[in-house]
Amino acid sequence: MASTLSPQTGEALKKSQRGTEESPFIKWTLVTIALIFCLIFLLLPLFNVFVQALSKGWSFYWSALTHPDSWAAIRLTLIVAGIAVPLNVLFGLAAAWAIAKFRFRGKSILITLIDLPFSVSPVVAGLMFIILFGLHGFFGAKLDEHNIKIIFAVPGIVLATVFITFPFVARELIPVMQATGTEQEQAALTLGASGWQTFWHVTLPSVKWGLLYGIVLCNARAMGEFGAVSVVSGGITGQTETMPLRVEKLYQEYNAQAAFAVASLLALLALFTLAIKTFFEWKQAREFKIAQRAVKY
Amino acid sequence: MTQKRFSALPGFNLTMGFTVLYLSGLVLIPFAALIIRASEITWADFWRLATSDRALASYRLTIGASLIAAVANAVFGTLLAWVLVRYEFPGRRWIDAIVDFPFALPTAVAGLTLADLFAPTGWLGRFLVPLGIEGAYSRLGVVIALTFVGLPFVVRTLQPVLQNLEREVEEVAATLGAGRLRTFVRVIAPSLAPSVITGFALAFARAIGEYGSIIFISGNKPYETEIAPYLIVMRLAEFDYAGAVALAVVLLVFSFMLLAAINLLEQWSSRFEH
Repeated sequence: MASTLSPQTGEALKKSQRGTEESPFIKWTLVTIALIFCLIFLLLPLFNVFVQALSKGWSFYWSALTHPDSWAAIRLTLIVAGIAVPLNVLFGLAAAWAIAKFRFRGKSILITLIDLPFSVSPVVAGLMFIILFGLHGFFGAKLDEHNIKIIFAVPGIVLATVFITFPFVARELIPVMQATGTEQEQAALTLGASGWQTFWHVTLPSVKWGLLYGIVLCNARAMGEFGAVSVVSGGITGQTETMPLRVEKLYQEYNAQAAFAVASLLALLALFTLAIKTFFEWKQAREFKIAQRAVKY
Repeated sequence: MTQKRFSALPGFNLTMGFTVLYLSGLVLIPFAALIIRASEITWADFWRLATSDRALASYRLTIGASLIAAVANAVFGTLLAWVLVRYEFPGRRWIDAIVDFPFALPTAVAGLTLADLFAPTGWLGRFLVPLGIEGAYSRLGVVIALTFVGLPFVVRTLQPVLQNLEREVEEVAATLGAGRLRTFVRVIAPSLAPSVITGFALAFARAIGEYGSIIFISGNKPYETEIAPYLIVMRLAEFDYAGAVALAVVLLVFSFMLLAAINLLEQWSSRFEH
């Protein structure tokens, strides 16, 4: 009797589950559509970058990357990110500390202001700096007198990049710092640590993953920014051309393979960013599980 | 998290001072400069510059293409989020990781590779162009680029909501005799709607300002495939600063209205959660 009962319960179980699940046909149709969509809009564009970059062979690829103008663009991109990212890390830490650890009036206005660059078209952001520092801008004549160039020069590119990328670190840090609270810092202070010691040894270690992720995102955007930079750079080859601008210039010169070669470096940067993000999420999920287990026992 | 009156931690004046200084220098002063320049233009001039035929054509393309792309993102984003949360299939984790690819990829690279894919000689174009579907150097190209750029928004706003959805409610609906389709339409869809709309609005707002990916694929023909941000760049290249400022103000006002709508939507959807 028992042996005939169990398959019945199995069948019944299957039936009851079917109430909250789609039929296999619908399930696999949806999965197929989703996969085709991802193939066309995510995977093909990605593969295409590398296939086109290498379509004329490794030696062409290598010579396209080591061309003096491309090399200058790579160097400028590294310099700009090397200035913009640390500045925004400093800002992100300061803003997150003030917003997450204290209560004050106007906090929500401050957060809205920090998010503002997300809602401004990069081209409009570039235009703002032209209005300020361009030859016909507010400070244009004064700067020209002292022979200082901001627009169509490296300082303008740095400014535009800082503007576009400054929310990234702050936005990652604020929720993490809010979640950790202030008890640990208060304990450190009570035990006689100075403010800086508390920050270095208590706060920073507890937000390190959020900070790292913010830096990686900020860096990816800083190196890849196109619209705002193209407005203020003037695109002088070898001088004010960043990697994305170099991609555009080569494409316009009908040198698509060289454009793809430079683009492939930026695509690698994007893949690296995604890998860090996935690693970070995995790490977070694991720490959450460990914390839950610790609560249980 | 429980702070009674005032925090005992040091450094408020230092960090707050630096934050306000940095924000003023980078955001408030540039914004003020744009607004002052705009206010120097007479109303009649502003109207003429902001509503020229070429400008109107560019707004129509920018807004129209952004809307279509955001709708495509809402449909496929919902499908993708559903499939990623509810089903187990080979490659699921890889797809989940690569959904953020459009966020991480520089827009210039996105434009370059999409233009190449849909060009008559590209991997997709060689099949699509003979069928009359021209994805490169056309208005459709603008929609394609914007769909790519906005893809993660709906997926990422919807995923956590789907994960936290209580399966018991669906079981109750099934117990009460509702079919799967009816359960979806009457029980699941209403609780997903606020986040789908929020994701839609985020993708739409992002698309309005997008520049880098589009200029590679659209061809930038005046009146036909020219988006509003590109027209601003053209005005700047002609040293027509008033023209550029007028267009920028129109774009900014539109973006801020969208931002306000998104904030209202988020308040509305968070009320649903409680």
